[in-house]
Amino acid sequence: MIDQKVVSPEYLFFEAPREEMFITGSEAVKEAVKRANVDMAISYPITPQSESMHLVGDLFRDGYLRDYYRGESEFAVMSAVAGAAMGGVRAFTATGGPGTLRAFEAFSTWAGARLPIVCAFMTRGINSPLSIQPDTIEMAFMLDTGIIVIHVETAQELYDAILKSFIIAEKTDVHVPVGVFVDGFFVTHTRDKIKVPSDDIKLPPYNPYSAPVPVMDMENVPIRHMRDPFVMKSNFISYACHASWQQEILAAVERSRKHIQHYFGSLIEAENQDAEILIVASGTAVSQSREAVELARAEGINVGLVKIKSIRPFPTKEIKELSSNAKYVIVPEFNRVGWLAREIKASINESDKVISSPKVFGGMTMPPELILDEIRRCSK
Amino acid sequence: MSNNLYRVQAGPEGYLPPAAASMGVVLPEKGEAIVEGEITLVDEAMKEIGKKLLTAKNPVFFPGPQILWAWKEGVAERARAIKELAEVVGARIIPMPDYRPKYPMINPAIEINPNHPNLTIWHNKIDVCVFVGVHCHFANVALKIIRGGTDCYTIALCGEAGHEDAMISLRDVDLAVIQKLTAVVAELKEVMVHD
Repeated sequence: MIDQKVVSPEYLFFEAPREEMFITGSEAVKEAVKRANVDMAISYPITPQSESMHLVGDLFRDGYLRDYYRGESEFAVMSAVAGAAMGGVRAFTATGGPGTLRAFEAFSTWAGARLPIVCAFMTRGINSPLSIQPDTIEMAFMLDTGIIVIHVETAQELYDAILKSFIIAEKTDVHVPVGVFVDGFFVTHTRDKIKVPSDDIKLPPYNPYSAPVPVMDMENVPIRHMRDPFVMKSNFISYACHASWQQEILAAVERSRKHIQHYFGSLIEAENQDAEILIVASGTAVSQSREAVELARAEGINVGLVKIKSIRPFPTKEIKELSSNAKYVIVPEFNRVGWLAREIKASINESDKVISSPKVFGGMTMPPELILDEIRRCSK
Repeated sequence: MSNNLYRVQAGPEGYLPPAAASMGVVLPEKGEAIVEGEITLVDEAMKEIGKKLLTAKNPVFFPGPQILWAWKEGVAERARAIKELAEVVGARIIPMPDYRPKYPMINPAIEINPNHPNLTIWHNKIDVCVFVGVHCHFANVALKIIRGGTDCYTIALCGEAGHEDAMISLRDVDLAVIQKLTAVVAELKEVMVHD
């Protein structure tokens, strides 16, 4: 193993001197994992994720990981990562698009078993019809699996979010998986300037014995193979246990709010939030919205911008407050179903002021002028 | 009910009560405690624990695997300290040795099983219980079921971040905290005897 100095998360995230690199989003994943003190990474290739886990494999070759292998499918990978996490090691993987759907059952299992796995989801179209191009529709499916959902905008955020997510996922009061979602190709395959600390430092190791569930350890008590869910018998108390267990997963996600606020600064970022027209977006739709806001200002239209960083837990209170004075809330998204607009509509009192447009999907780009058109319509 | 009005109090709260965290109840920070969903000073929470235990008809400690087995250094000392606390209170001890569901029935006169926390509480007519050394996830599941189905007052002594689903919870409970709690309870007992 490469010799790296263990430093506190606070030092690595906020204090360590950083150097600038000009790298792709996939390479940003590699740089994050290099400093994350990951024990085990398991991969299965799927565009646009393949390059990132290939690069994580290079980290194994270079001595930054204890174990790494390629699984036989996404479902196998997600199941194997679950086994690694149950065994008490820090585990990482990545997938995207149809790979996410193929492994779908595993994500609820991760959450249900309270496994602190970090997975990078590099989003792309689902096969309806076949597309490998950018699209965030898989996030709509993932919102109710019980995992924490972070949506990043840039390669810098992708790098930082992966590292911070390990620390949040492993908090005793949280201890559920974190999905770091990034828009495929727009971020993964483009080069950007990002700042990273020296690669001779890393996060402290995961301590599985502070977990809210017993680590699967045959040397320590309680000796057991599985954390049995209470579904084995048909009686009231078994059902009550199962229901309470599900509630406890959601409670764990709720408890992550304060840690997300601490490590990410907030669940949202807002600028000019008192404007009557508010754009609310996540991921790279924020970048396009920022351009549109500049164009609108040049035309003398006052527009605010809210960037949502955490989708689960959802910043319900923040969005409700911020949108209370707005006449219109425009929600641009890179997917067909408009899942973010649905979330916002469910969070505020006057849902009819939410405009679920523009929605762009199937790999199409979102020219800022499309968002500007919506702004112009609202300003009349 | 508004999140802000939610209180974690003895039940029975109903068919399927919510997890307290989902109702806006937050865990204490280091140096704080939680009493019925509200953040308090540790000293106040300790006094409240003392009052509840000393005025209970049938207080019972439920030690979990993390304190029942000497699996690492320091555990045996904490276990002895908990036993001493229970003796000061005059409480019984029902062990929770592991979380394997035991079917078709556990014997609730001997141990609590997370599948059957309310049966155990009902069976033994326990009015105040103390969870200690129980892994947080299993504690929260059991504490919530107890709140839903019984009128037992729940107290959780947690080595980690604490429990919103208990009516009173201390966090970061180590040997020194247990010993301090024992001293607080003993002092309170002395005062109550003389009153």
